[in-house]
Amino acid sequence: MAAIRPAGDFDRSYEQDKAIVRQNWQWVVLTLAIVVTATVPLWGSAYLTTTFNRLAYTVIAVQGLNIVTGYTGQISLGQAAFMLVGGYISALLVTHLGLSMFLALPLVALGTGLVGLIFGLPSLRVKGFYLAMATLAAQFIIPWLTRHTFTDYLGGSSGRIAVPVPAIGEFLFNSATRYFYISLALVIITTVLTANITRTRLGRAFVAVRDNDLAAELLGVNLFGYKLRAFFIAAALAGVAGAMRAHSQRVVGTELGYGLNESIILLGMLVIGGLGSNLGPFLGAAAVIFLEDLANVVGQELGLLFPDQSARLLTSFRPIFFGLALMLFLIFEPRGLAHRWRLIKASWRLRPFSR
Amino acid sequence: MNWPLVPQQIMTGILNGGIIGLIALGIVLIFKASEVFNFAHGHMVMVGAFLTWWFSGGGGEGSLFNLPFWAALLAALVVSAVIGLLIERLALRPMTGQPLLAIILMTLGLSQLLEGLASIFFGVQPKSNFPAPFSAGEVFRFPFPGAFNDTIILKKTLVAAFIVAIVAAVVFILLFQRTRIGLAMRATSENHEVARSLGIRVSEVFGLSWAVAGIVATLGGVLLATLTGASLSLSTVVLIAFPAILLGGLDSLPGAIVGGIVVGLVQALVQASSAIEVRNSAEIAPYVLLLIVLVIRPEGLFGRKRIERV
Repeated sequence: MAAIRPAGDFDRSYEQDKAIVRQNWQWVVLTLAIVVTATVPLWGSAYLTTTFNRLAYTVIAVQGLNIVTGYTGQISLGQAAFMLVGGYISALLVTHLGLSMFLALPLVALGTGLVGLIFGLPSLRVKGFYLAMATLAAQFIIPWLTRHTFTDYLGGSSGRIAVPVPAIGEFLFNSATRYFYISLALVIITTVLTANITRTRLGRAFVAVRDNDLAAELLGVNLFGYKLRAFFIAAALAGVAGAMRAHSQRVVGTELGYGLNESIILLGMLVIGGLGSNLGPFLGAAAVIFLEDLANVVGQELGLLFPDQSARLLTSFRPIFFGLALMLFLIFEPRGLAHRWRLIKASWRLRPFSR
Repeated sequence: MNWPLVPQQIMTGILNGGIIGLIALGIVLIFKASEVFNFAHGHMVMVGAFLTWWFSGGGGEGSLFNLPFWAALLAALVVSAVIGLLIERLALRPMTGQPLLAIILMTLGLSQLLEGLASIFFGVQPKSNFPAPFSAGEVFRFPFPGAFNDTIILKKTLVAAFIVAIVAAVVFILLFQRTRIGLAMRATSENHEVARSLGIRVSEVFGLSWAVAGIVATLGGVLLATLTGASLSLSTVVLIAFPAILLGGLDSLPGAIVGGIVVGLVQALVQASSAIEVRNSAEIAPYVLLLIVLVIRPEGLFGRKRIERV
């Protein structure tokens, strides 16, 4: 969404009009932000570094979801299952073909995207709620397939396989600190990618489909084609995210948090962050990860106070906090944190005339 | 196919399917009255089962309540009706007129909240001491030539659950089709504003339909729990009601029951296969069915085809 600009702020050239970073001071802020983030392993705690790794793959998965749900308006309940696919494809390519993780990543994106296309196919006939059902089916069918087919390669009933440590030549990315730089680089790449997707012909077609599909079709947008493209991009990004998660945890499997709940949490992150905004996935993922860690701390502390109830206290707060946050955001700020941030910026700019 | 098993599996499938159908009915009821597809229904089912367990003194010594089964069920029904009212008032009324995505997400958030609350109030361990009118060993035996051992064996619990499910379904369908309350619900689902101008209190109708959905969910939960015990995973088990709903048609109450029975049959027949690979697929067979329905006939067997106007 175009920012509201003050009167008199015009673009004087096409270069200026096309620029993502519009002002010189924004370059400075951006460089500073990247430098500060890139040095996190130097000054931050181990917790901060691991959390940044977790944040990175979550953000990429939510960015994918943002394309299909935020921009194209198709509800997807299968994002976690596509992450699982990505993790498996990457693990298999690296283990059995001896590819480096970085060379495997484009193939992972392609493969997961194709799987996403299969479950996007019902969008030819159905939309809205019915499509949510098709992706829900993906969320059950994919984990089942990984457990019951090609058991030699996919781990069979153990439901998990080991994932190698990524390496460039002799250099192993075998600690959270080293892995951090893979995460950072990939997040920057996907962010530039999604930002550019959303402001080109493709992204505008997505928004047209979301806002009114019949009108979009009359304007010459090929509905089915663009919905499939949205599904492909969403699944491809989920695949990259899944590969990153698998390589950082060094194991991938159906029981390790790739279920329907994870898909719901990814959707919740998107809503809390802001649907259809490029800032949204960052804010939403960070907010929800913070809430989850807070819930764990609260659960542990209360568990120390009431030791006989510790089992239930440990696991109960995460869904309570997340559910409450999601519901409150839907009621009070359905456009998410990104919209709140825009309001803050606008009120700062309009000072002293803003309320 | 393992033919001697088939008659037995057909009977079990139909009986299980009746219970799935009752759960599906609760979702369709809400959808017909307020156009909300309730993803939290599974969690309402789970909470209903836990409530019954709790009122009947399942917590052991020092429980607050120690009611006989029927009284516990009644208390749970009342509480779940109140929960339904609260959900409507606090969570879904502010969402009136919001887009479909927001409403679906609201019910998903609700499901997470209910999951957390249930685990904090009732604990995370499954409760196997669920009060049941029959013990697990009591069975009916019907002679049936050609079946395994020439008999069909049906658990009394399962048969009773099926009968209760079908009776409840008929009662709720009659409530919807034949009474003034049901008429008000149908009018509201057709068009809120017209219903209001005809003197129907739309907010009361919404509240009432959520209360009824809470009751239906608890009934379904108790029936399931008499078979498997009460546990947090009941909410996941209930997800196979979704294929049943889509198969029967999203806005057809009898369709929900028929869809439920078909899903139960499909699952049971897949389990009767002689190939282990096919038997293993029983848990996803309903979802494969769902995909087929979506591609071939999205409006379901008995649903109305929707014509969209801009």
